[in-house]
Amino acid sequence: MTSAATVPGRAADPATPLPYLVRHRLRETDDTVTLELVPLDEALPRFRPGQFSMLYAFGVGEIPVSVSGIAPDDALAHTIRAVGKVSEALCRLRPGEVVGVCGPFGNDWALGVGPSEDDDRVTALGTDPGEDLVVLGGGLGLSPLRPVVRLALSRPGAYGRLTVLVGARSPRELVHRADLTQWCALGDVRVTVDHPEAGWSGPVGQVTDQLRHAVFRPERTTAFVCGPEPMMRASAEALMRRGVPPERIRLSLERNMRCATAWCGHCQLGRVLVCRDGPVFTWRQAADLLAVHEL
Amino acid sequence: MEPQSPTVTAGQPRELAQDDLQALFDALTARGWTVVGPTERDGAVVLAELTRADQLPHGVGVRLAPGGYRLRQREDRAAFAHSAGPQSWKNFLHPERARLWQADRDEEGGVTFTPDTEETAPAPRYALLGVHPCDLAAISRLDRVLTGGAFRDPVYGPRRDAAFVIAVACTDPGELCFCASVGTGPGLREDAPCDLAVHEIADRDGVRLMISAHSGRGAELLSDPRLPLREPHPELPELARRRTEDAAQRMGRELETEGLRDVLAGTLDSSVWDEVASRCLTCGNCTMVCPTCFCTTTEDTTDLTGEHAERWRRWDSCFDLDFSYVHGGSVRTSGRSRYRQWLTHKLGTWHDQFGSSGCVGCGRCIVWCPVGIDLTVEAARLREEAGP
Repeated sequence: MTSAATVPGRAADPATPLPYLVRHRLRETDDTVTLELVPLDEALPRFRPGQFSMLYAFGVGEIPVSVSGIAPDDALAHTIRAVGKVSEALCRLRPGEVVGVCGPFGNDWALGVGPSEDDDRVTALGTDPGEDLVVLGGGLGLSPLRPVVRLALSRPGAYGRLTVLVGARSPRELVHRADLTQWCALGDVRVTVDHPEAGWSGPVGQVTDQLRHAVFRPERTTAFVCGPEPMMRASAEALMRRGVPPERIRLSLERNMRCATAWCGHCQLGRVLVCRDGPVFTWRQAADLLAVHEL
Repeated sequence: MEPQSPTVTAGQPRELAQDDLQALFDALTARGWTVVGPTERDGAVVLAELTRADQLPHGVGVRLAPGGYRLRQREDRAAFAHSAGPQSWKNFLHPERARLWQADRDEEGGVTFTPDTEETAPAPRYALLGVHPCDLAAISRLDRVLTGGAFRDPVYGPRRDAAFVIAVACTDPGELCFCASVGTGPGLREDAPCDLAVHEIADRDGVRLMISAHSGRGAELLSDPRLPLREPHPELPELARRRTEDAAQRMGRELETEGLRDVLAGTLDSSVWDEVASRCLTCGNCTMVCPTCFCTTTEDTTDLTGEHAERWRRWDSCFDLDFSYVHGGSVRTSGRSRYRQWLTHKLGTWHDQFGSSGCVGCGRCIVWCPVGIDLTVEAARLREEAGP
């Protein structure tokens, strides 16, 4: 179990949101937008890739959302799909409107290793220098992985080969298209869909199928997986078949959350509290938790 | 393992006549505390704000059965010799409804968030009178959950800091009590985390109270010259010890805790859960009466102008279908999985999450279950199924 994240300065009152302004809104798909948020006055502590916010839509409610972008000027990006009343309200927000933000919560894709900038024994993603990275995103699961890829591409010397495998139900449900295009020039990026549409020339099928074609050194690889739980289970199993050890497979879990501070009990998953002990776990930690029906 | 160890060791015991309990009320009130204690109401011993010692349930006992709670007349006038009622001290330290903050939107669309702070909404200063050892342990469990992590609960923390705790050793456990087997009672340890420790001794000589200070605040209170305290009768400490020893022998239930965590982790697929689910109404009563269940949900509201919003928090239950809702559906849709979540959390995974069991042996969940489901019985069945 990883240690709980501490929030300097906000620990006394982590539950009261800070007002953030919607600076930019990008429609990703029919029901999904990416909001870029900037602090109106006080900024929250710097987020790390994999951490999440509680986003509050005025008068409607609050939901946990992983950060999909971290800018140097304290701007945060969150990619939100309209599936409930809070996410619908958030998706309706326009530039210039205000949203409440609490955070950062949870550990990160580096599993709370928290490396310093000048530590050359471990990367900012908590991997050994020179290790290959395999990133697997299913649907909206690509969003929490976006800061991972961006971080990896910003320091190419620190990492080995980068493979990004993305799955979506259909081409029109693909998110972060501009990033995918840009990343293609810098690493091995493969996008696959379940239901192709006219004009789709890419692969069709499970995202894990693409793993067969990816080139990486299994014993020197860390994998970052996010998507629906069946997709994460299948990915972990496929990665292990390729020889990636379970402690080097990391996944981000999702559960109902009301507080993000380990007070409300909603995100219990067996022995862990997802908000406090995760949301990122290794497959070694999570495998048995995801194997029990309705745990 | 209790999270809060007192810095002051138990002081020399003093004796207070039951007829002088009003002086204790007055000493507490004079120091700004609001006394909360047991009183008889609507056929139950409930916890309420009290102003007078004669509101205590003198001579009231309790008879318990799975799904059953009845008051009975005692042969003595003891005020604290009743087993756990429908409420616990959680109602006062972790209230069922609390406002967390307010938000106001101005004409330009800006939003101001205003938390309820100690300055704007000071925590009530409760003197909790008559906290039995099981419930004292429950408060310690809540301390660990709500103030022992990276974040301190903004409602519970200040209330807990302000609370003056007067613990009373248990002399009359109920038919469904099992604190002795889970190690939380019925006696009060020398280092019990309270301000005052009380032993109530009722016999043919009447009712006498033996009081010891367990904190600096407790010692200060006992130094109040208006309290008619005296040297305890020489036989009193021995009598008190015997009463709690006797009580330990008269527990109506037992929970074998040895290896229970592993038993539960290894029986997640057991048919016992199906059988319990066939009786369980998923009503959540057990979670409402449990003194350690801490789960909450939030409610966001606006007023008629739409420009003023508030966030409220209220108790929630893992038996509620929406409790585990993630977009698209709930994780735990079956009653089987929800009862399993409750029992395995309370007795098993609580250890992983907070370093102790979540059960203090008060028996409330058995009493207030409408169909009389008994967690000690279910745990024993699972143990039997797990084998040696």
